[in-house]
Amino acid sequence: MNHNSVAGNENNHTAAHVHRDDVGAKLGMWLFLFTEVLLFGGMFLAYAVYRYQYPDQFRIAAMELNTGIGTLNTVILLTSSLTVALSIAAIQKKNKFLSILMLSLTVVFALMFMVNKYFEWMAKIDHGIFPGSEELLGRPNGQILFFGLYYVMTGLHGLHVFIGVIVLLFMLYFLIKNDITPDNYTKLENAGLYWHLVDLIWIFLFPLFYLIQ
Amino acid sequence: MANGAVAIEEKNFYQQSTNKYSGILSWLLTTDHKRIGLMYLYTISFFFIVGVIIGILMRLELIAPGKTIMDAQTYNTLFTLHGVIMIFLFIVPGLPAIFGNFFLPIQIGARDVAFPRLNLLSYYVYVAGAILVFISLFLPGGPIDTGWTFYIPYSVRSSTNVSMAIFAAFVLGFSSILTGINFVTTVHRLRAPGMTFFKMPLFVWATYATAWIQIIATPVIGITILLVIIERAFGVGIFDPALGGDPILYQHLFWIYSHPAVYIMILPAMGVVSEIIPTFARRTIFGYKAIAMSSLAIAFVGYLVWAHHMFTSGMSDTARWIFSLLTFIVALPSGVKVFNWVATMYKGSIDPQTPFLWVMSFIVLFSIGGLTGLVLGSLATDVHLHDTYFVVAHFHYVMFGGTGTIFFAALHYWFPKMFGRMYFKKPANIAVLLFFIGFNMLYFTKFIMGYMGMPRRYYDYLPQFATLQEISTVGSWILALAIFIMLGNLIYSLRKGPKAGPNPWGGVTLEWHIPSPPPMENFKEIPTVTHEPYDFSQLKEMKNES
Repeated sequence: MNHNSVAGNENNHTAAHVHRDDVGAKLGMWLFLFTEVLLFGGMFLAYAVYRYQYPDQFRIAAMELNTGIGTLNTVILLTSSLTVALSIAAIQKKNKFLSILMLSLTVVFALMFMVNKYFEWMAKIDHGIFPGSEELLGRPNGQILFFGLYYVMTGLHGLHVFIGVIVLLFMLYFLIKNDITPDNYTKLENAGLYWHLVDLIWIFLFPLFYLIQ
Repeated sequence: MANGAVAIEEKNFYQQSTNKYSGILSWLLTTDHKRIGLMYLYTISFFFIVGVIIGILMRLELIAPGKTIMDAQTYNTLFTLHGVIMIFLFIVPGLPAIFGNFFLPIQIGARDVAFPRLNLLSYYVYVAGAILVFISLFLPGGPIDTGWTFYIPYSVRSSTNVSMAIFAAFVLGFSSILTGINFVTTVHRLRAPGMTFFKMPLFVWATYATAWIQIIATPVIGITILLVIIERAFGVGIFDPALGGDPILYQHLFWIYSHPAVYIMILPAMGVVSEIIPTFARRTIFGYKAIAMSSLAIAFVGYLVWAHHMFTSGMSDTARWIFSLLTFIVALPSGVKVFNWVATMYKGSIDPQTPFLWVMSFIVLFSIGGLTGLVLGSLATDVHLHDTYFVVAHFHYVMFGGTGTIFFAALHYWFPKMFGRMYFKKPANIAVLLFFIGFNMLYFTKFIMGYMGMPRRYYDYLPQFATLQEISTVGSWILALAIFIMLGNLIYSLRKGPKAGPNPWGGVTLEWHIPSPPPMENFKEIPTVTHEPYDFSQLKEMKNES
């Protein structure tokens, strides 16, 4: 099957530099997402090791996190995954307006997520809880590690949200410029895959930091 | 194999640009995999020479006990830089980025890689990483002095530019990942009709397995390095024992990348060997499937052996013997390859040209490196030899004697195809001989010193090591002379070498079916593959083609 598609693909085009291979593009994206999962995997491993080493202190430290904001952010991010999927479905059904609307909504949700995160981090920092602070260094090692991991893991996740926003804005631009069309929407699909990954990682971060108490 | 006729009058990729520019921009902005491969060749060769010069300076310092030409801190930064440059800038990207880029698409009958623009991007990411290494040398604080392993807690405490240098390694890792993604997708999507997986040349198999390791292993070093930078900047405590962190965890995370990375370095080299031996023995490779599968087996088992770097750093005994056992298992597929290469030569009509001589040198050096690997993989002997010169000798035999010699072999094997000219055989062969002599003087002495107890990375040593250190240093000069002769010959031949035909060696894989140097999009018409990759009966047909 693979062969037929390759042959067919080659016959349609004279030059490799103008060729288009949607399956290939998506394969490449999945491989890249695989590397992202592994990147976070290293941190999840560190979390597992230290949770095992300091179970009680992790539990105590976790109680200080604001579960309310965490839950709100989870809902926001899950909804944004839905809207990006709807945006792809809309362009498939040739509804450009709806696609643009849904993609814009996704960006709005992403920004809401980051604003919430900002307030949450600021509240912690106001209480003097941040890496290297006197307040934190006075606490036992397990709590230092918990908050260290909290800042690093949610921080790197936040960075991915930020990159995601930029990617989504580019997609918005392509949609408006008709670079993404009902028969050529792989770019948007790949951006959507990336956004789902950002959502997926949060789905793991949320219980590990906010819920296990 | 190829039914597209060879058209001599066709413009080659030097004459024809893939973009609207001409001159230097047509190279810097090209998306042609061959041009990108050549840009990698020039950049990586430059860093190789820098690494060699640093190595020679270190050897010069060690020619006599005590201070000779530099102080201890300079020595520390030099061995770190030698490691960082040789590992991250030369040997990891070397074969895949240069020869993989140039020949993988041609060998599977494609016009380019799957993502040509991403390919160009990964070249520039590589250059950016190299520039960051360069910048880190000159910022206040001085060049990094931790050793290329960046072990915690010293890498958190050191006041040198650790963060900048390891961020460079992070960036270089990104380039490696992008190349890997590109190659896996290319192999899956762009094989010519008839090119089934088991008709792919073995270099393609090896590069494919390598690409998977690049994808799977590199992100782990990425996050580890990032955590060290964050640790240095904010004092988070993830690895710092003073804050409850675990330095051993760092070593696990580091080696779970860096051990598979060893196979990123050696697998493409093994692929090149599997190309060169059949061509010069005029015989189908013995055990094609075994060699292809052993590449995948090495890639897989290579994942499970990382902790053999940590036998003395405080793991449980159970963990130690399990990792020791797994380390022995990874020797099996490597052994399969070596035996198959030797079996291929049996009853072959051998034509000992320069690339073949490099391969012979490789088999000897790599076997010494591999067998001493078993000595280090055994728990009891490792405790004695850990962090001595024995380890240094072992990994130089595998890395430099293995991948390094094959880098030169590949350069000599594909030189006529890449540049359309031949080099001069006599100086090329003399270089192989000098290399072999110099190499063994330089590194075999280190096995002996290591066994006697000389620790690695030391600036000074006891008088009983003086003679061996001297022999080693003299060896480094012979080795440098060999490299000088080799490169001089190749560079001279770029302009003055005799013109090479499309198939100077009588090879049968797809790259020998097209003119040298190849036309811009490799194939006028995508070939339909009907033969096995090393079926020399087609040589006659090929003569009729041209």
